[in-house]
Amino acid sequence: MGWAMPRGVLTTCILVLVALACVPLMESRYLIDLSTEILVYVLFALSLNVIIGFSGNVSFGHAAYFAIGGYANAILLTTYEWPLFLSFPAAVVLSAAAAAFVAYFCTRLTDIYFAMLTLAFSMLVWAIAFKWRSVTGGDDGFVGVNVPEFLNSRVPFFYFTLVIVTTSIATLWMICHSAFGQTLIAVRENLTRAGFIGVNTRMMRCAAFIVAGTFAGVAGAIFAMYNRGVYTESAFWTESAQVLIMTLLGGMYSVFGPAIGATTLYLLERFANEYTEYWPTVLGVILLVIVLVLPEGLVGLAKRIRGHIAGGN
Amino acid sequence: MPQLEVHSIHTSYGLSQVLFGISFVVEPGEVVSLIGRNGVGKTTTMRSIIGLTHATMGRITFEGTNITRMAAHRISRLGVGFVPEERRIFPQLTVWENLDIARRPANNGNGWDEERVFSLFPDLRDIQSRPGGVLSGGQQQMLTIARSLMNNPRLLLLDEPSEGLAPKVVEDLRDQIKALKDSGLSIVLAEQNLSFVLYLSDRCHILEKGEVKYSGTPNDLRANPDVLERYLTL
Repeated sequence: MGWAMPRGVLTTCILVLVALACVPLMESRYLIDLSTEILVYVLFALSLNVIIGFSGNVSFGHAAYFAIGGYANAILLTTYEWPLFLSFPAAVVLSAAAAAFVAYFCTRLTDIYFAMLTLAFSMLVWAIAFKWRSVTGGDDGFVGVNVPEFLNSRVPFFYFTLVIVTTSIATLWMICHSAFGQTLIAVRENLTRAGFIGVNTRMMRCAAFIVAGTFAGVAGAIFAMYNRGVYTESAFWTESAQVLIMTLLGGMYSVFGPAIGATTLYLLERFANEYTEYWPTVLGVILLVIVLVLPEGLVGLAKRIRGHIAGGN
Repeated sequence: MPQLEVHSIHTSYGLSQVLFGISFVVEPGEVVSLIGRNGVGKTTTMRSIIGLTHATMGRITFEGTNITRMAAHRISRLGVGFVPEERRIFPQLTVWENLDIARRPANNGNGWDEERVFSLFPDLRDIQSRPGGVLSGGQQQMLTIARSLMNNPRLLLLDEPSEGLAPKVVEDLRDQIKALKDSGLSIVLAEQNLSFVLYLSDRCHILEKGEVKYSGTPNDLRANPDVLERYLTL
């Protein structure tokens, strides 16, 4: 395993990047907003995949780090009037620190106990955001975020998001394809086996959790500026469930699967909301389809179809 | 000082006690075998040494360090390699990646790296980019041993390495383990294949119901067919 991308993947990435860079040329506000939101959710889903797809643990509380990144960036920019170049890294560091704190406890456990503890911690974050009204705005949300002048219109903000998300995804790719990523796969495959070849499995799972929390914080920090506000819903368990479904829909064992899942689910939500108010029902049906028909997600489906075509030939 | 000293260990799985005071020592460069039928405690002894199932009583020391309650990864880093039964590789990783994740440089600079591993197991060189999950049983066994060697152990625990392999593959494996022995590596071998054990071992311990019932050299065993009859025939 090395950092070099296979040629096909690299070509696809470049094409997608060029297409995204051209979005503002179409002069559609709707398209620019849609692309910005999708980019944020792509990064959010890819960050969760470090925990699920690489270290083999299911987190039901990933939204906590998204919310922490968002609240921290919003509060530092607005309440304390920090410049963006300080508030943004500080928000990311805070998300990473929160993830490290939670990981210390959660990685003592495995399987459903791990998942339940991540949920418990995320609901604590939600409760703090809900109750600490003087700082977070409580259930009214933290609104009126001071966004720097140079990002105050759609197009510059879109390019800012594109640069940050692309850099983050490239970093995630390198992390997942380094010796660290290989070892994480070994931990995912079998904790015991990895242990007796000298891998400190708890520390590896802890590191994966921190990496995931850090990049969720990046996504949250961008989203707070995009929305000009942060709301308690960002930390609620439904947000964690949504990003989990995005990851499962795309395919958790593939590096870019969650990106496809995030894009598909986000577009489905947008279009479904135009025809029905029962989006949660649609989401439930999607989850059923994933569990019953697409256990390896859309990437797995594409591989199966390719296999059938190759077999047919 | 013995390299490994297992002193009167008792090990249980929950309420079910499996080992009842197992004791033996391994001197540097020695191959010591644990033999016996299924369910006599060979694998549990190995698991107790490597820290996967901790002994509830007794003491295990490796090169003077008490490892009785130590975590498996710390025991591995001290220099104890473990090759479990059923060839437990990482099926999603390629052969090379399986080796790479276990890489740990030797202290003396004369340790195992992929070149040395491939010279012992030449078949692995040709299949290094294949996922572990598609390898044959023999290839998986070679990979499991090779992976342990990449950790540069000074003591290797081999749990039933010949189990389920074709006779020709077992013969090759026997020669490769002999080469490891000749390189000075200490080995604890748990096996049921008697000819395999007698060819490789310096000393043998026969286990029965979680206790050591007989200890001796391969020549002692050959000279005592009644012992073999009593403890090893089905």
